Amino acid sequence: MIEEPFASGTSFLHRADPRAKLATAAVLSCILSVSPSPAAPALALFVGAACLCWAGLPGRALWRRLATVNAFVAFLWVFLPFSTPGEATAIIGPVTATRQGIALAVLITLKTNAIMCLFLALIATSDAASLGQAMHRLRVPPKLVFLFLFTYRFIHVIGDEQRRLFTAAKLRGFTPRTTRHTYRTLASLLAMVLVGAMRRAEMTRQAMLLRCFHGSFGTLRSFRLGRGEYAFLTAAALFALCLSALEVLHV
Amino acid sequence: MSDIPILALRQVRYAYALAERPVLNGMDFSLAPGERVGLFGPNGCGKTTLLSVMMGLLPVIGGDVLYMGKPARTEADFFELRRGVGFLLQNADDQILFPTVLDDVAFGPLNLGLAPAEAAREAREALAFVGLESFEDRLTHRLSGGEKKLVTLAGVLAMHPKALLLDEPTASLDPDTRHRLVHILEHLDAAVLTVSHDWDFLNLVSSDFYTIEDGLLVKEAASELHWHAHAHPHPEQPH
Repeated sequence: MIEEPFASGTSFLHRADPRAKLATAAVLSCILSVSPSPAAPALALFVGAACLCWAGLPGRALWRRLATVNAFVAFLWVFLPFSTPGEATAIIGPVTATRQGIALAVLITLKTNAIMCLFLALIATSDAASLGQAMHRLRVPPKLVFLFLFTYRFIHVIGDEQRRLFTAAKLRGFTPRTTRHTYRTLASLLAMVLVGAMRRAEMTRQAMLLRCFHGSFGTLRSFRLGRGEYAFLTAAALFALCLSALEVLHV
Repeated sequence: MSDIPILALRQVRYAYALAERPVLNGMDFSLAPGERVGLFGPNGCGKTTLLSVMMGLLPVIGGDVLYMGKPARTEADFFELRRGVGFLLQNADDQILFPTVLDDVAFGPLNLGLAPAEAAREAREALAFVGLESFEDRLTHRLSGGEKKLVTLAGVLAMHPKALLLDEPTASLDPDTRHRLVHILEHLDAAVLTVSHDWDFLNLVSSDFYTIEDGLLVKEAASELHWHAHAHPHPEQPH
């Protein structure tokens, strides 16, 4: 269901304390997302790509992830250049592209890819379990941490349930077509998955009560910031300052 | 001191809202330290309901659940009860909460207030006790059905329960894991109440036997369990 093709590796980015990586990715993403000019995102994209090389992530899986995100970006390129008011630069058939529209599309493309590269290099290099624990240590509200960990834990279980139901339907001769019968069947199978998930939620609550859960939880792993992490965090802070300066100066 | 039953029921009544007849109709029961009790009966006779009522997951409509001789009525009472009584659910996937094995087994000890290092030690000991020494970093969704069962058992045992309630523990277990389960229970100090319709298993792990009839527990003579003994080409296969 959820594969973690990037989580296993031996680079510094894989071994580093996930708290440091999580905090860095969060801060840099916030700074990048409010950037008014393309200079800061372009620099971040370069640094992000360098981080990806540093982490030595498997190429094919990486390109597939980037392609998925850029499929959404492609839609923006279809509409933004033509719908943003401004001075016309190119006329393609009946529609006119504006300079401002193209600039906006470039900005969004740079931001999206920069943030994506940073997340792939910093977040995807940790497994979900350590990220959950790191979130807990960074004082993210426990409910959110639970939601994150339980989603990861149970998406496989619910996925299995869904596969079982669809196999059962197939075994009884169900082939999806564009008919009323197909839609009714699909709707009812999805409803069954939902009902199964509700039941499981209740069972999970009971299982937590049975093991004396009382609203707060502890984590096993203790993380330690080593010399490498301090160097990394210092570099990240300087980079964040540099990006902010570029944005404030509006180059 | 050891005369006080760990867990007891006194005239317990329970009914589902729409049902005409109560599932538990003035039931009495007690589980003393070290006792091994087997409970069997057809599907739908109220076995799982009984266990849920004992653990305070379903509220009684009459009578009392007693833990160490004291009636448990509030959620705080049942919290105490759950510290001392472990409940192994029928479906292991309902009971595994965390992505990695060690995190899951340590969940109970952490809830009991142990420091992370101690909780991890307890969890490792429990895993070793059920024969899963090398499993601590495994991802829970990649385990086999039998391994999941043993992980949930380790999760319960890591809290050092005085008594253990097992709900259909052998349902969908392979013969090997079933055999390991019998072995683990033999080496356990806790009192055990096993609910199952796997007669052979029940006979291996219990010394007293009950069934539920008309919402009441009826004691069965152990010998009646043997009526079906017969030669079999695959003696390790449960049937």
